Amino acid sequence: MNTTIMLFLLQDGITNGAIYALLGLALVLVFAVTRVILIPQGEFVTFGALSYAVLATGKVPGTAWLALAMGAAAFALDLFDARRSLRLKRILRSLALNIALPAAILALTYGLAGPRTPIAVNIALSLLIVAAIGLFLYRIAFQPLAHTSVLVLLIASVGCHLALQGLGLVFFGAEGLRGPALSSAALTIGPLRFTGQSLAVYGLTIAFIVALWLFFGFTLMGKALRATAVNRLGARLVGIRTTLSGQIAFLLASLIGAISGILIVPITTLYYDTGFLIGLKGFIAAIIGGLVSYPLTAVAALIVGSVEAFSSFYASNFKEVIVFTLILPVLVLRSLAAPAVEEEKD
Amino acid sequence: MKQRTPLLIFALVMAAIPFIPGIPPFWIVLLNNIGLAALVAMGLVLLTGVGGLTSFGQAAFCGFGAYTTAVLTTAYGVSPWLTLPLSLLVSGIAAVLLGIITVRLSGHYLPLGTIAWGIGLFYLFSKLEFLGRNDGISGIPPLSIGNFRMLDPGTIYFAIWIGVLVSALLTMNLLDSRTGRAIRALRRGHIAGEAFGVQTPRAKLLVFVYAAVLAGLSGWLYAHFQRAANPTPFGAHAGIEYLFIAVVGGAGYVWGAVLGAGIVVILKEILQSYLPYVFGGQSQLETIVFGILLVVLLQLAPTGVWPWLTARLPLKPARKEPDTSLPLAKRERAPASAGTLLQIEKARKQFGGVIAVNDVSFDVQAREIVALIGPNGAGKSTTFNLITGVLTTTGGTISVLGHKVDNAPPQEVVKLGVARTFQHVKLVPDMTVLENVAIGAHLRGSSGAISSMFRLDRADEAKLLAEAARQIERVGLGDQIDQLAGSLSLGQQRIVEIARALCVDPLLLLLDEPAAGLRHMEKQRLAALLRQLRDGGMSVLLVEHDMGFVMDLADRVVVLDFGTKIAEGTPAAIKTNPDVIKAYLGATA
Repeated sequence: MNTTIMLFLLQDGITNGAIYALLGLALVLVFAVTRVILIPQGEFVTFGALSYAVLATGKVPGTAWLALAMGAAAFALDLFDARRSLRLKRILRSLALNIALPAAILALTYGLAGPRTPIAVNIALSLLIVAAIGLFLYRIAFQPLAHTSVLVLLIASVGCHLALQGLGLVFFGAEGLRGPALSSAALTIGPLRFTGQSLAVYGLTIAFIVALWLFFGFTLMGKALRATAVNRLGARLVGIRTTLSGQIAFLLASLIGAISGILIVPITTLYYDTGFLIGLKGFIAAIIGGLVSYPLTAVAALIVGSVEAFSSFYASNFKEVIVFTLILPVLVLRSLAAPAVEEEKD
Repeated sequence: MKQRTPLLIFALVMAAIPFIPGIPPFWIVLLNNIGLAALVAMGLVLLTGVGGLTSFGQAAFCGFGAYTTAVLTTAYGVSPWLTLPLSLLVSGIAAVLLGIITVRLSGHYLPLGTIAWGIGLFYLFSKLEFLGRNDGISGIPPLSIGNFRMLDPGTIYFAIWIGVLVSALLTMNLLDSRTGRAIRALRRGHIAGEAFGVQTPRAKLLVFVYAAVLAGLSGWLYAHFQRAANPTPFGAHAGIEYLFIAVVGGAGYVWGAVLGAGIVVILKEILQSYLPYVFGGQSQLETIVFGILLVVLLQLAPTGVWPWLTARLPLKPARKEPDTSLPLAKRERAPASAGTLLQIEKARKQFGGVIAVNDVSFDVQAREIVALIGPNGAGKSTTFNLITGVLTTTGGTISVLGHKVDNAPPQEVVKLGVARTFQHVKLVPDMTVLENVAIGAHLRGSSGAISSMFRLDRADEAKLLAEAARQIERVGLGDQIDQLAGSLSLGQQRIVEIARALCVDPLLLLLDEPAAGLRHMEKQRLAALLRQLRDGGMSVLLVEHDMGFVMDLADRVVVLDFGTKIAEGTPAAIKTNPDVIKAYLGATA
């Protein structure tokens, strides 16, 4: 094997792997807190990436309107849930979060969007939009199902994925889009050339891993989120607001998804349905990490990225087959290592 | 035969539909699609709804069925009828290979694993040269009988719907049998079933393969209906849709699959044809509406439409009236003076640093009631689990009638004549009392899945149900025999568990807190029953907190505290034992 080719493949694999790691982390986060296996994570990626790409052309992405529409639905649900004890303060709070916030984001987007808007502003706008969508997605789809089984949540998650992917086609069309690079700087070490973009990918991935690890291991809020995952009722009894935990988890996940999207859209062309596959690969990493461990997930994601890079070189036709079959031995090992606990379902 | 009437009517209606004058051919195409989807969903009903194993990968098994016949008929000119068994076989073999890996997966790993191999297989279909890559295989010959070729949708309609009806009938037969009860118990966990001899991994593999074969049948029909096969209908999205169909219809019900397929296929068709008019030409709008409807449906009716519908129809499920005079072969019993039935020597169980059972030794003689008492956390239930093979010992030996049983799986222990109840009731709440109790007789029947599907098990089945009915009568729950186990009070459920254990025809009955939740009179009746069982030659080992009940009933009492045996003797001696009083009251009185 040629060393240069190997290094190139490895570099490619690590860049992709870092993205998978970010997504894997988000999946672990959401699962650990809400027991939702977040299939629409891929849509957060495409929404973030394509909103950013559309903003870069000076237009307003449809996702900004979607955030407002979902906010309105969330507001309606809030009103319906609280119909027996409607108090002004409660209505106003819900109105501020669900209507005023996305409306403000929409107004901001219309105000700032333009052909000469700086990249940083476009990034901030895309992140705001997708974060709002993530937040409302939890309120609309998952909060009413919070007490149900992992299976029901999983199927609901699939439903969200279908709906959001369809909306992605409506907003962004069937054509692929690319966005402008974050920086044009580059660095050459030996035969390898590191672009500023890929360095940003590495840096942000490491930052997120450390931040999540610190957050869940060492802060009261992080511990509260974990407690919610283990036992909702118990967490409520000790005063943890389980709804808030779910909202925070979805907020973080959508942010991470959008960031991953913005990081890769300058490197590869993204289509409205690309997110699903990218998300699934993050998924494989998350599963290898057992849906609990952040560092293990990150390592697994790098392996998935590298396997993908090498198999696309040696057996490009069977790239996806190889990547997805990678999961089976891992699942078996996981199942054997943690023998079935008696589960009381329903 | 009465319960078959609705099926017969349905079959007649379906047979008549193509002959309605002026029926649009397109409707027949839709009905064909419904039938094809219903077949796959029916497998999912068994796998997911009944067996509790969620699979997103069923579409891949359709692919195996479709591609098998596509390759064989186009490249090798094999007759389509000959490829039918081969298609089913290939799907089945693929299911065995994947199933050996998949059904071992626990919890949420299982659905995730199915997504992974579902997608992997989809890419495999679309990359393999001999399967025609992304273009697939076209020019598949139609099904034909003699010179009659099933070219148009109106003729293959009959092949599809005969497939659906026969599959539905076989599936319902399977569920209503000895094997079916074992499958229906899977969803509630494996411990209860295994305690009565159910080979849980084999039962799981069975439903997995069964579902795959139904999907393979659907794929075979699809290939000859479309006369072409390409990877798209066998991908991840199709797999998700089949699961959706099963959930919409009602994941636990065979007819839910047909109903769900009808709802989803027609809904999709309506969305595809009318949404563009409403919203002006936007593509993929149906996916959006579809996704949203899915979430809404889960929030409003998580159990599906079929149970909602049947609750509103005047259909009453047929009552089973077992003929209790049918005998079931009994276990050979040792003579009354058989001596030691259960011998426990220095049994030890450690969980990490915690010693739950610390070198405990005691025995149970034939025709004896022994009580195992001790404060909470003393290791009583752990001892039960060691005896019945649910847990493996860290040390020591346990023997039944002189055979060492230590660390045999629960299915082997029950064969020796040791039956048990559970501290936390483990019944299947949506099965009737009769069906729950009949699980206890699992090892006393022999009919397998195939004979059940073709109703060759009826003689065997009638005997099992007769035995179950006798035991229910014996414990005094004859009036509740047709109620769902989940609708009984907790105390009654404990009694159902005793009846289930009695169905084993045991030598030794292990009862974990049988009197908890019973009223005074019920406790007295239970005590009388246990005495009667003892006088009939059975031994009983029971864990119980009600001291009045225990001291009145037991011949001998063994006291555990913190995993260690602190006393053993007659009730009278135990009552005055200073160690026991100290363990219960915390000080020497």
